[in-house]
Amino acid sequence: MLVSLKWLRDYVDCSLPPEEIAEKLTMAGLEVESVSPAGPDFSGVVVARIESVTPHPNADRLSLCEVTTGDEVYRVVCGAPNIGAGDVVPLAKVGAVIPGGYTIRHSTIRGEASDGMLCSEEELGIGDDTTGIMQLDHSLPLGEDLQRALDLEDVVLDVAITPNRPDCLSMLGIAREVALLTGADLRYPDSSCDETGDDIHGTTSVEIQSPRLCPRYTARLIRNVHVGPSPSWMRVRLEAVGLRSINNVVDVTNFIMMEYGQPLHAFDFSFLEEGRIVVRGASEGEEFQSLDEKMHILAKDTLMICDGVKPVAIAGIMGGLNSEVRDETDAILLESAYFNPTSIRKASRTMGMSTDAAFRFERGVDPGGVIPALNRAAKLMAELSGGSVAKGHIDEYPRKIAPPETITLRIKKAEEILGLSLDASSIQQILRHLEMTVRDEGDGILRVTPPTFRGDVTREIDLIEEIARIEGYEKIPVTLPPLAPPSAEDDDHDEQVDSVINNVLTGLGYMEVIHYSFTSPESSRLLGFPEDHESWRFVTIENPLTEDTSVMRTNLVYGLLGAMRRNMNAGNNDLKFFEAGKIFIRTETGELPRETKRIAGLLTGARFERSWRFQETPADFFDMKGCLETLFGALGIEEARFETDPAVSFLHPGRSAAVLLGNNRAGVIGEVHPDVLTRMDLPQTAFVFELNRDALINAASPRRRFQEIPRFPAVARDVAFLIDRNITADQLCLPCIDAGEELLESVHVFDVYSGTSVPKGMKSLALRFTYRSPSKTLADSDVSDVHRRIVDKIIKASGAKVRGID
Amino acid sequence: MKEALENLEREALSEIGKAADKDEFLAIRTRYLGRKGLLTGLLRKLKEVPPDERPLLGELSNRIKERIAGAIDAALEEREARSRTERLRQDALDVTLPGRTVQFGTLHPVTQTTAEICSIFAKLGFSAVEGPEVELDYYNFEALNIPKDHPARDMQDTFYIAGDTVLRTHTSPVQVRTMEQQRPPVRILSPGKVYRPDSDVSHTPMFHQVEGLMVDRDVTFADLKGVLQYFLHYMFGADRPLRFRPSFFPFTEPSAEVDIQCVMCGGRGCRVCGHSGWIEILGCGMVDPAVYSNVQYDPEEFSGFAFGLGVERIAMLTLGISDIRLFFENDRRFLAQF
Repeated sequence: MLVSLKWLRDYVDCSLPPEEIAEKLTMAGLEVESVSPAGPDFSGVVVARIESVTPHPNADRLSLCEVTTGDEVYRVVCGAPNIGAGDVVPLAKVGAVIPGGYTIRHSTIRGEASDGMLCSEEELGIGDDTTGIMQLDHSLPLGEDLQRALDLEDVVLDVAITPNRPDCLSMLGIAREVALLTGADLRYPDSSCDETGDDIHGTTSVEIQSPRLCPRYTARLIRNVHVGPSPSWMRVRLEAVGLRSINNVVDVTNFIMMEYGQPLHAFDFSFLEEGRIVVRGASEGEEFQSLDEKMHILAKDTLMICDGVKPVAIAGIMGGLNSEVRDETDAILLESAYFNPTSIRKASRTMGMSTDAAFRFERGVDPGGVIPALNRAAKLMAELSGGSVAKGHIDEYPRKIAPPETITLRIKKAEEILGLSLDASSIQQILRHLEMTVRDEGDGILRVTPPTFRGDVTREIDLIEEIARIEGYEKIPVTLPPLAPPSAEDDDHDEQVDSVINNVLTGLGYMEVIHYSFTSPESSRLLGFPEDHESWRFVTIENPLTEDTSVMRTNLVYGLLGAMRRNMNAGNNDLKFFEAGKIFIRTETGELPRETKRIAGLLTGARFERSWRFQETPADFFDMKGCLETLFGALGIEEARFETDPAVSFLHPGRSAAVLLGNNRAGVIGEVHPDVLTRMDLPQTAFVFELNRDALINAASPRRRFQEIPRFPAVARDVAFLIDRNITADQLCLPCIDAGEELLESVHVFDVYSGTSVPKGMKSLALRFTYRSPSKTLADSDVSDVHRRIVDKIIKASGAKVRGID
Repeated sequence: MKEALENLEREALSEIGKAADKDEFLAIRTRYLGRKGLLTGLLRKLKEVPPDERPLLGELSNRIKERIAGAIDAALEEREARSRTERLRQDALDVTLPGRTVQFGTLHPVTQTTAEICSIFAKLGFSAVEGPEVELDYYNFEALNIPKDHPARDMQDTFYIAGDTVLRTHTSPVQVRTMEQQRPPVRILSPGKVYRPDSDVSHTPMFHQVEGLMVDRDVTFADLKGVLQYFLHYMFGADRPLRFRPSFFPFTEPSAEVDIQCVMCGGRGCRVCGHSGWIEILGCGMVDPAVYSNVQYDPEEFSGFAFGLGVERIAMLTLGISDIRLFFENDRRFLAQF
């Protein structure tokens, strides 16, 4: 909310510099977001004295003036009749800017040079007098900037008001805080008003049909108004806080809203059919045109202010065009009401209308301020428009707004919450300054009744907060709670696994990326998932920012491929990325979706960056697989297998595998399907994996046991097998693992060959068998039998031929 | 005889001095010291010398023999050393050529900052807990004292999912879920992703928070100040001024926002701090009794505090990043810097 310090000083004498006021408010919970200079919209105007006035030789109505600013004398052509030598006047010098954005230039008027302009009040926007040049006090120093000389300068604070403090959505509310924080006195404006003429009750009436939504409606009648412009003091104040001046009736309603925080509405009484007000819910489909000329089809039960026949305002939100105050308006029905905050909020949200009035009503206005605001507005309206306030006022109050309840405050409790020792008398003083009624019950117990404008204070804790806020948080000491280490039983296995994953993947050169969890529903089509795949079970956002971010992601690979495209567009062609995050699958039962943590990686471009030592070699499937094998090794996962899986829609059917940890399918790995590359406009191939984090966590055993270092040497035997090219290395090796030979320590592939010396459709796989005994050095003869048995088994199982035995 | 021996030595040493390669040295050795060499030849004539002179001459000839042999060895050694040096010189590398490096990967700055934040609070006994990102309205709002149609809902714009579910706007729901499961004492952190429909230089529709909760007997606002001061001094330096100022959150009372002195201008005022000299860094407060009533804690028995901070905001300050959107564009040139 914008607060004009000039306006504020109408209620509180505070001479502190604006920055200090801002600091005090901020440290009391009313955060001042900016402090900016404001004031009439002119610059370069100074105090000057007229030395001489002579008639313009070529124009009867103009005169030539010599004016001095003390240091210099200017010649100015002037058309006003009210000037004479010795007058002290405002001089807009060449280069000055006056309201409306006009810049004063050197000019020649009817053959005579003019170096500036003498100004009227109205021309400077500081008064309404248009009859002649503004006459200044002779004691003002010549040459002084006029804004400074007349104290026209203002400073506007932008105060962020938290939702719990609607009482501070007004000048008086802020003034009250300033008075409290600076020790200055607070002056309430005069809200008495003189009444004349027939009693309002004989002229009009108010009927409330929805007392729950409108507990109180008060009104006054102002007759014989003359609608016209507002005086400058009001215009200046309204404009300083960002409101546009409209006329002397509407401006009063806005002025009082800003002053008291109580929104008001002025109806042209002559347009109220049957001359009365009915507060009721709208009928379904009823039409209404608001002041901003928008047409509304009203939802049933929207609270409307109506006359005897039709709606004339959306209660608490905006008036109607049909009863708007016009130049010809003669009589005003002035409304000051209390509406149910929740219903105003609902209506304003449904209709998409957030007005200053709605903003205040939905936060709760002061039930005790309804009548004072009504009276003061009526008085001001009559004064400014020359009208008269009818006798009496209407106060329909069908549902009593509960008065603030008395709260018990235990000073000891306040001390316990704040960790601060408190002084009972200073607490009482603070609470009384906050206009609370305090009764000291003794024994550190206070009975406190808050004022009606503090609807947010209903509990002991609310009082404790007020005390802390006004005492100042800086007075609260700084202590540390006693040591309390987390339970030694807490299991940090998950954290350890996460940290191993991060260390291994970054160690292997992968960079972690983080994508938005929302994505495009197109993602599943682009990755080619079949219709019944769970990746189509999107969790949909009802109010997405864009269609591209309208569903929660069902996999991580799509995001990685997007990162690849954006990076390649930026010229980054060699990429190693990984992401750890959740995917979301809509479930048919239960309200919440299934959230699963995944870990995914992407590899594309060169294995090594090209250097003077390395040729640039493109990365391939086995780089990515090796990355996972390294990871599984680090996690202590022994039973990891990669099984051909041609059914993963986004992977090359011949270059993809399911990752099995024990018997659990943990995820997939493979080369991205060429069709996906095309659909996603990716210029080079990429390798990806995506794993379930839970599967890794279940399989991992990062804590190791020592194994005795072998004391006897191993014996190695190499065999090259000639097999059908469709037989996998795993299929070839499986029989020897199944054989259960104790001496066989390991078997691994050390060469794969399918060149000219190998028949078509075949390949050669060379295996190294390592044998070792824990109890002796093996002799050739110890190994030979075992080795033969194993090789025979392999031949039998796979139909392989042996190319050579060493 | 003596003279002949001395002449022989002189000649031998002179030849050694002139010799050019290893073969010549070996030839000199053979010629003078070999079994049929000149020295042996001379010694044969020892018989002709009077017996009383023999021992002296014998001794002399032995010394000469040693000296010649020593000179040859020394010369050979020197040659060898010289050629070794030459060989090494030939093997010289251009040590300014780049080494063979392994390109390390990086953790995302958000992950690094989250870990740093959590590790500081871990020293004070806070341990991390996680919860769902698609959350029930109840946990995200109502249990935190933010009723439907309350203006406080305006403080956090929300992404809505069908039914009564939302994308969590903060990680506070994890606190409620934890309190439902666990009696005090509670000291937890809830790090994670949160969502609000907002997008500009300082807002992204998804960002990360770390929130903390401590509930126990006799926990005070002074403790809250102590814990957060410990954290902020750890994070931003022990001499970094900070201030607690009153604010409002529906789930805490009294509530505070904490500012640190601007890290860019040191409090003089700049664009980053909006010329105030202070940067808002986190929100906190004493847990509101209304929240306790939703989890059946007795506010007369227990008290506690909660706080929440934005990870990206802290990372932006510590790393000097001015556009929050960079975090989620995942440009390699950005990621590689951390």
